[in-house]
Amino acid sequence: MSTSQVILPWLICITAACLVVGLVWGFFFTQDDFRQGSTVKIIYLHVPSALMAINAWLMMLVASLIWLIRRHHVSALAAKAAAPIGLVMTLIALFTGAIWGKPIWNTYWAPDPRLMSFMFLLFCYVGYIALWEAVDDVDAAADMTSILCLVGSVFALLSRYAFIFWDRGLHQEASLSLDKETNIANEFYYPLLICMAGFVLLFITLVLVRTRTEIRSRRIRALMARERMA
Amino acid sequence: MIALLLRDVRLAIRAGGGFGLSLMFFLILVNLVPFGVGPNNELLSRIAPGILWLGALLACLLSLDRILALDYEDGSLDLLATAPIPLEGVVTMKALAHWITTGLPLTLAAPTLGVLLNLPGSAYGWLAISLLIGTPALSIIGTFGASLTVGLKRGGLLLSLLVLPLYVPTLIYGGEVVRRGAEGASTQTALMMLGGITAGCMALIPFAAAAAIRVGLR
Amino acid sequence: MELRLTDIACARGGMIVLDGVTFALASGQALMLRGPNGIGKTTLLRVIAGLQPAVSGQIDGADEQIAYAGHADGLKATLTVSENLQFWAKIYGTSGIDDAIAAFDLTMLIDRRAHDLSAGQKRRLGLARLLVTGRRIWALDEPTVSLDAISVGLFADAVRAHCAGGGMVLMATHIDLGLQADTLDLTPYKAAAAVETDFDEAFL
Repeated sequence: MSTSQVILPWLICITAACLVVGLVWGFFFTQDDFRQGSTVKIIYLHVPSALMAINAWLMMLVASLIWLIRRHHVSALAAKAAAPIGLVMTLIALFTGAIWGKPIWNTYWAPDPRLMSFMFLLFCYVGYIALWEAVDDVDAAADMTSILCLVGSVFALLSRYAFIFWDRGLHQEASLSLDKETNIANEFYYPLLICMAGFVLLFITLVLVRTRTEIRSRRIRALMARERMA
Repeated sequence: MIALLLRDVRLAIRAGGGFGLSLMFFLILVNLVPFGVGPNNELLSRIAPGILWLGALLACLLSLDRILALDYEDGSLDLLATAPIPLEGVVTMKALAHWITTGLPLTLAAPTLGVLLNLPGSAYGWLAISLLIGTPALSIIGTFGASLTVGLKRGGLLLSLLVLPLYVPTLIYGGEVVRRGAEGASTQTALMMLGGITAGCMALIPFAAAAAIRVGLR
Repeated sequence: MELRLTDIACARGGMIVLDGVTFALASGQALMLRGPNGIGKTTLLRVIAGLQPAVSGQIDGADEQIAYAGHADGLKATLTVSENLQFWAKIYGTSGIDDAIAAFDLTMLIDRRAHDLSAGQKRRLGLARLLVTGRRIWALDEPTVSLDAISVGLFADAVRAHCAGGGMVLMATHIDLGLQADTLDLTPYKAAAAVETDFDEAFL
């Protein structure tokens, strides 16, 4: 708590700076794509949110494992705190994708492996959050959701390959990869990187804030319980 | 453990056990499809593989909350958890009993219902085989969902919410086997993936489900 | 052969209810757990039965030895009395349900479905299950609820016979069964600290 207290204001500032610089640069100071026109600029929201939608789940997976193995309470609360953020990121990715898809593919939605994977991810988040809400006992809820997160991750991977098997798809390949040849042009690349850094920082900031809230509410519960017993 | 299997099957078949209800649901659902999509034989025969698989999946889903909730309510689950058989074994047997009372009848009934949807002749065999291989996975994944919601007051709806996404891979490969079978294409990969999912689920999910039940009984 | 609890703390709903419970139960001994409602008798019995973990402390001699009977009897309404008992006999790998049926005077009801039994008869059937398990330690939670005087007598006989055969009985009950049993009042073990987890403590 005390560490995050110190870090948090700085983190908020850096996050805001990254987002503002990245988005303004991306939206106003890059050329329009020769085929896609100004539509391409939605990439500065779409790619970073999609990135965080997946990474939020990975973070929850790691936090769940830490809770199951080490029984570290803050870990369970951090996983709980991350879920709604991941859900919102998934929604942003889906919506910006649909808006982007309309002018380019002439459809908002297509049964495409990547699109379906994100829909699947959305269901995973919804189920995970619903399970947290449904179980009264805090430790039991943490256990149940952690088990769900583990099993869900396995099935998410399975589904991903099942989707690819099912249909080759419309969606273009990843915008960024380590293989430089296939990368998008530098002009789009740098603002996109800054945007992605901004979203990562935004996610960390939000998780910290929400985890602090969870810890405080646990503390309140504990104090009230002590009050009742006394 | 065989005793547990026999008991669960017997309970399901006795009056009030709900045996046959999911089968009737499947029958009615398949009959409703033409009303929804219009009286077009060609269209029906195209979507029949998907409808049959989806119908089997929903019929299976319908009976999931009975797997553990009844035993939880009357205290049997507490007693089974303290009995000398491992909880993983209990879970496996319960899933197996669920499959015998829902998955197996669905598999047997599906080819008959295929006629109602004008399923192409070449697909009947594949439909039966894919359901035979795939429905055990549905039962065992469902048992996992049931164990996550064990002891929750309104767990039924949440159970569907949790289980449906987990059914996706099974549905894809199952539907794909029938679709490719109907088109006369090779079904080998899809069938192997389907078998792989079922085998993997049978091997691993009992451990996760047993862990969840232990938490739920706490 | 004894059941020994050392410094057991147990929690219900995230709150420690009992702390420092220590006792031992030897072969042939019966022990009554007493205490006001909500003191944690059920919780303690569930901990001993292995249904929930103790917060701290150690239990020895309980592994695979406990037959637990809680508030619910675990009967299947559509199965008959003998089918219900035979199921548990198979689960526990024991043979013969005749002794259990005779001990709880269920002979007349043997082909009746559990659904058609009265509350007291159901409870008798639930208790008969204990004899079928063949386990040495009985952990019973309010076993005499809805039993009439004669049935309580039958139950007391069963407990006496079980203890005479080297078994142990641990039960939470409010009524006097007229048994040669020790009594353990749980009131002194009522937990002082309200909060279960070190987590909440750490952040206070």
